[in-house]
Amino acid sequence: MEIGNTTDFTQGLNTVWVLLGAFLVFFMQAGFGMVEAGFIRAKNTCNILTKNFLDFCMASLGFFLIGYALMFGNGNGFTGLKGWCLFGLDPIANGIPLYAFWLFQAAFCGAAATIVAGGMAERMRFPAYLIYSFLISAFIYPVVGHWIWGGGWLSKMGFADFAGSTVVHTVGGFAALVGTSMLKPREGKYAIDGKSNVIAGHNIPLASLGVFILWLGWFGFNASSTLSVGNGSLIGRIAINTNLAAAIGGIVAMATVWKRFGKPDLSMAMNGALAGLVAITAPCAYVEPWAALVIGATAGYIVIRGVELIDKLQIDDPVGAFPVHGICGIWGTLCIGIFGKASLGLANNGFVYGGNPMQLGIQIVGSVSTIAFVVVSMSIVFKLIDLAVGLRIDREEELKGLDIGEHGMEAYGGFQIFSTM
Amino acid sequence: MKLVVAYIQPHKLKDVKHTLYKAQVYKMSVTNALGCGEQHGYEESYRGIKFEVNLLKKIRLEIAVNEDFVEKTVNAIIEGAKTNQIGDGKIFVLDLPECIRIRTGEKGKKAIG
Repeated sequence: MEIGNTTDFTQGLNTVWVLLGAFLVFFMQAGFGMVEAGFIRAKNTCNILTKNFLDFCMASLGFFLIGYALMFGNGNGFTGLKGWCLFGLDPIANGIPLYAFWLFQAAFCGAAATIVAGGMAERMRFPAYLIYSFLISAFIYPVVGHWIWGGGWLSKMGFADFAGSTVVHTVGGFAALVGTSMLKPREGKYAIDGKSNVIAGHNIPLASLGVFILWLGWFGFNASSTLSVGNGSLIGRIAINTNLAAAIGGIVAMATVWKRFGKPDLSMAMNGALAGLVAITAPCAYVEPWAALVIGATAGYIVIRGVELIDKLQIDDPVGAFPVHGICGIWGTLCIGIFGKASLGLANNGFVYGGNPMQLGIQIVGSVSTIAFVVVSMSIVFKLIDLAVGLRIDREEELKGLDIGEHGMEAYGGFQIFSTM
Repeated sequence: MKLVVAYIQPHKLKDVKHTLYKAQVYKMSVTNALGCGEQHGYEESYRGIKFEVNLLKKIRLEIAVNEDFVEKTVNAIIEGAKTNQIGDGKIFVLDLPECIRIRTGEKGKKAIG
């Protein structure tokens, strides 16, 4: 038996590793779909799943035609400008075949796009969503990606975001915030006197399956972002950090909600685990396991207070997309500047190791500029879509449900789903 | 004694409960119902095949009241359920010969109140 030389073998092994990650991140699409479907009402389930399904299709297309060139092609500090449809690019990217690298990145792009579906659930028109999902994956996400991962101005500055707390989650979370604010709350969510009404999710088992799928997928999301196996020490550290942050996020969120409202609410505990995962995404490679626990625990607390805060502001986010992805995305990004260690591959030591605020300052600049770009560009995108095809469905259709109104079919055919909301 | 039976749109239940509460009517039974009236059904399609859904989802309210509360109850239901569109529903007022409270064995007017 003959095997090729060790360079070939190493590249092959790294390719398998990255593709495994790509497949896991792709499966997170199913996780998002289940979480969102479970947290909304039965009458809109078909609609949210169609959005989840189609946005990955749209993201694949947009990221192939335009997105990859903007994100990773040669260009200037603001955007890449080469490699439309992957033409004219080096067949090897970052030590692995371009096509494998593309698939991994396309799966990330799909994740950013699908976060928004949950925030805008139960009242957004389907054609508007299709247009939105193409635009975010072809233009908005890749530009931020270029700044941070494609050699753009933030990466030159020393900004670090290992697996995408900013690139994926801050982008998705703030796009969701802009969208859900523009859409206004769902019918019946806020009473005339300002009181917030419960619009309970219809299937908690489905939502918890979704959280487990996301947790599983996150191991690919973070650990495969190394793009190589190395001697295994880095991917091992990332995997344990990812797991610890999720676990303690769930515990702290449950404890917080238990103390504040008297009962351990499963839906909030699950939001806490997701918050921990979002927060550890950026620092997973640069921190010790004890720091992962601190990061996950704080994220679990932040997400509960975030859900309460936006409800108080009467921003109706049915699945908590903004508190989980937006707020904890920022927190995770800043945590690099606090808990990051230079000996683990970071440019500067974090604040707790020597008290130098340099890295923290850079992280703040990166986070703030990403938020500013996303808020401005997504406001324009949603405004244009609103003018072109309309963003929100009419009241009667909302009451009847988007399954019938948009798709003419029901998620649970043969069952009588009654809803007085 | 009268029994007020009303069929209303499911999503108007909250409004009707609110108006009934304002009219000091605190007791009711609610069931899910399917029905059709002047409002025709809607069309669904499944894998390219269309079909008519004729029986629509409705809410059936039953409220047993003494004579002096009939008018108030009916008005409250109308106030809460009315949208001026086909499908708002109907109210039936029936005579109620007897009413017994199980816990105490009280009968008639007392049992209702």
